[in-house]
Amino acid sequence: MLKYILSIMVTALLAFVAGLYMPWWGIALAAFLVSAAIPQKPAFSFLSGFLGVFLLWEVLAWWIDNKNNGILSQKIATVIPLGGSTVLLIVITSIIGALVAGFGALAGTYMRRLIYPPTLPAETI
Amino acid sequence: MKFVPLLISSFITILLIIVFNSRWGSAPPFGEFLSPQHGFWQNAEPVDKDFSQDLQLSGLKDPAEIFLDDRLIPHVFAGNEDDAYFIQGYLHAKFRLWQMEFQTYAAAGRISELIGPKALNFDREKRRLGMVYAAEKTVAEMEKDPVSKAEADSYTAGVNAYISRLKESELPIEYKLIGYKPELWSNLKSALLLKYMSLDLAGFETDFEFTNLRSTLGYATYNKMFPMSQDSLDPIISVDTLTRIPGIRVKAPAGSDSVYLQKIDTINVKAVTKPDKDNGSNNWAVSGIKTKSGSPILCNDPHLGLNLPSLWYEMQVSCPSMNFYGVTLPGSPGVVIGFNDSCAFGLTNAGRDVRDYYEITFKDDSRKEYWYNGQWVPSDFRFEHIKLKDSVEYIDTVAFTIFGPVMYDKSFSGSRKTNNKYYSVRWKGNDAGNELLAFSGLAHARNYMDYKEAIKFLHTPGQNVVFACKNGDIAITAQGEFPAKWKRQGEFVMPGTDSSYMWQGMIPQSENPYIYNPERGFVSSANQYPVNPISSPYYLGIDYPIYRGLIINRYLSQLTEIGIEDMMKLQLDTYNPFAGMARPILLKNIDSSGLSDDELKYYETLKDWDLHYEAEGKGASIFNILWDSLKVIVWNDELGKAGTPILYPYNSTLLEGILRDSAYEFLDNINTPEKETLKQDVTLAFHKAAATCKQLDHDGKLNWGKLKGTRIEHLAKIDPFSRMDIDNDGGEFAINAEKKDHGPSWRMIVQLTKNTEAYGIYAGGQSGNPGSLYYDNFVDNWANGKYYPLWMMEKSEETDKRVKAIIRITKL
Repeated sequence: MLKYILSIMVTALLAFVAGLYMPWWGIALAAFLVSAAIPQKPAFSFLSGFLGVFLLWEVLAWWIDNKNNGILSQKIATVIPLGGSTVLLIVITSIIGALVAGFGALAGTYMRRLIYPPTLPAETI
Repeated sequence: MKFVPLLISSFITILLIIVFNSRWGSAPPFGEFLSPQHGFWQNAEPVDKDFSQDLQLSGLKDPAEIFLDDRLIPHVFAGNEDDAYFIQGYLHAKFRLWQMEFQTYAAAGRISELIGPKALNFDREKRRLGMVYAAEKTVAEMEKDPVSKAEADSYTAGVNAYISRLKESELPIEYKLIGYKPELWSNLKSALLLKYMSLDLAGFETDFEFTNLRSTLGYATYNKMFPMSQDSLDPIISVDTLTRIPGIRVKAPAGSDSVYLQKIDTINVKAVTKPDKDNGSNNWAVSGIKTKSGSPILCNDPHLGLNLPSLWYEMQVSCPSMNFYGVTLPGSPGVVIGFNDSCAFGLTNAGRDVRDYYEITFKDDSRKEYWYNGQWVPSDFRFEHIKLKDSVEYIDTVAFTIFGPVMYDKSFSGSRKTNNKYYSVRWKGNDAGNELLAFSGLAHARNYMDYKEAIKFLHTPGQNVVFACKNGDIAITAQGEFPAKWKRQGEFVMPGTDSSYMWQGMIPQSENPYIYNPERGFVSSANQYPVNPISSPYYLGIDYPIYRGLIINRYLSQLTEIGIEDMMKLQLDTYNPFAGMARPILLKNIDSSGLSDDELKYYETLKDWDLHYEAEGKGASIFNILWDSLKVIVWNDELGKAGTPILYPYNSTLLEGILRDSAYEFLDNINTPEKETLKQDVTLAFHKAAATCKQLDHDGKLNWGKLKGTRIEHLAKIDPFSRMDIDNDGGEFAINAEKKDHGPSWRMIVQLTKNTEAYGIYAGGQSGNPGSLYYDNFVDNWANGKYYPLWMMEKSEETDKRVKAIIRITKL
């Protein structure tokens, strides 16, 4: 359990750092690297990548929006027709990032398995 | 087989990245656009953002400081003038980059690059008018003079200092939405911006419409519908200050009566876009003998298209040789309307017709030779490369004759389908000029002589420049370089086969009407005739509104002991002088005996209306609807024959017609055997108007504020970035000339006491970022007629509580 929490946290952290220096899709690379480094079952690695970036983007967007009093998010939630719902906009933002990172993480795990084939029986939680 | 899961998961990841990194139709790439660290979230500015920073910029000569006050107005303190313009450029870019570049795209006919072929007609129209050609000439002129060259170069360097440090995540949101990046700035872009203003202010004409009208109705009827004088005119310069020995004796060409005025012609071209006809404004200055303080007060409110981000950016710029405060145009160095330590200056549009058309006879479709003065003359060509988004480049080949670019030809008829004729446009905006010197001259002006010297450089767009000085002087000049025309010259398409219809010269600047310290103690302008047209040796055209000018002069002559509050009240005045003159004759001629209960209700509301355009009332709406209805009844029978769009005679013409003569000849409906009377027309108009009112009333839209429906639209028409439904007072004929998307864009009042006391507000906010608190924070106060004190800051006041942030710049 701890390993997954760690994996989620490290993914979020690394994705944040990638965001500073790389295009937005750096989150996929971050999730990939974390999964390649920390051995996990594929389903859980997807989940940790997904959750890592979901949480990161959720927190970042919410934080920014809060400091902005929702001025811009309300406008954008009308440009992208979401009926002006800031909550929906933040959720969609997070899901898009999370999906990309989730699959990135999955690829990371399979990459790891290629180099270090898992000893049977398969890794357990 | 072990590779398969890796391949599949990698493939899905990359596919997702590609999908979310691509633009689908007009939608932005969602991954990038929604990423909190890259996309629009980065434009969501914290409401309590501290704008303070220390900057190191190369290109600056001395260290400088910018004090941003609580309204985000920058007070720039630079070591020298070059640095001052450098910082102005930097700040314009920092707060308004997208807007200033977008406007130059529009000016240069490059919108197709951003949105594809649907903008092609718009772009071709700009190119074919010669906008880029004109801007290139302006740059050459600007760079010829060391003063304006240094100014433009420094400004450009300042803009680029900002652009080159701009991170992608910091791009203004419109770039992210539309999907492009800013180019480096250049003096050409500044020139394009100035041309954009020239087009807006000196690009209006109705030559094709008038030609069709005259051809259908005959010149005699046209002449009555569009008379060359106005009964109730109160011109800008009522006492002619010039000895009239005209420098140019204009003469209509021999035979112009039949070849030109009486010609029957059909025009099949129509402009794609037109500047607003009512790009008008008010300005006035009252001398110390009429004010409470004993010092002059200058006021100005330019009526322009209202947009977000606003056309205006307010700032103070100070260096040892200059200190000005006012509104500036993002994209151009200098100040346009404002004041310095000695004097204040303001503008209204001169509204002269400086854009005419000539019909060209080409030898053949190749447009290589045209008939001119009895021989075939070779034309020039200019190739306009128009890039189309997601498509191939469109090359527009524009022929140039001695008159100017051949704007309309077989390949381009504006928004019409087919046209087989060739029209060259002669536009004053295409002549070389160096307007930057006018603005920098005004920024430096210390007295009347400096003012006169400065405005000499203001050629196009022509402006009525008002001036007031701390030494007590007030003045106004109908400034500009205007063609000297003979009667009706250029109102219709002119023959282009020889030189006889060309403009015969420019009116010498010394003959521009002006008035300096008049006895009546005030000067004013509101886009009316500069002088009485009857006394002018040159033809001034016919398209001048009169009513705002009338009422301003009436109020100003009555007022004494004037204080700043009086001037605010005057700028916000919503009295409709036109209705004041029209209502009595309308009421008198409505046959109230046959009115239904509903109609009677509207009749009573109209009768009891206090003649003010008030958002909450219905009187202004009923009057407007009635007047529009009367126009249709009176004019449509004649004008219907001339095809669409119908260009109605000016409101003053109809009103003066019926005031002068109750049997005004156009009251008769030419399609009926009987001869209609004023009473019949007005009563019919009222019945129709009442029906319209009833419907509007039912929909809750009869209140004037709702009917007028003022809105401030985003420049790229992105609705959520616009302010719709501004329910405020004001209307076309009032001093507070508020219309749907057009009105007093900036209101300024400057009292030239020893310590200047100034107030102002514009319809927008200092930041161009829709994610900023400062994007539209002036709008509500503006709509409610509030003002902000304008603070001409002293360097010693840097600890003042109004200073909210300090940007310190040192050279790199």
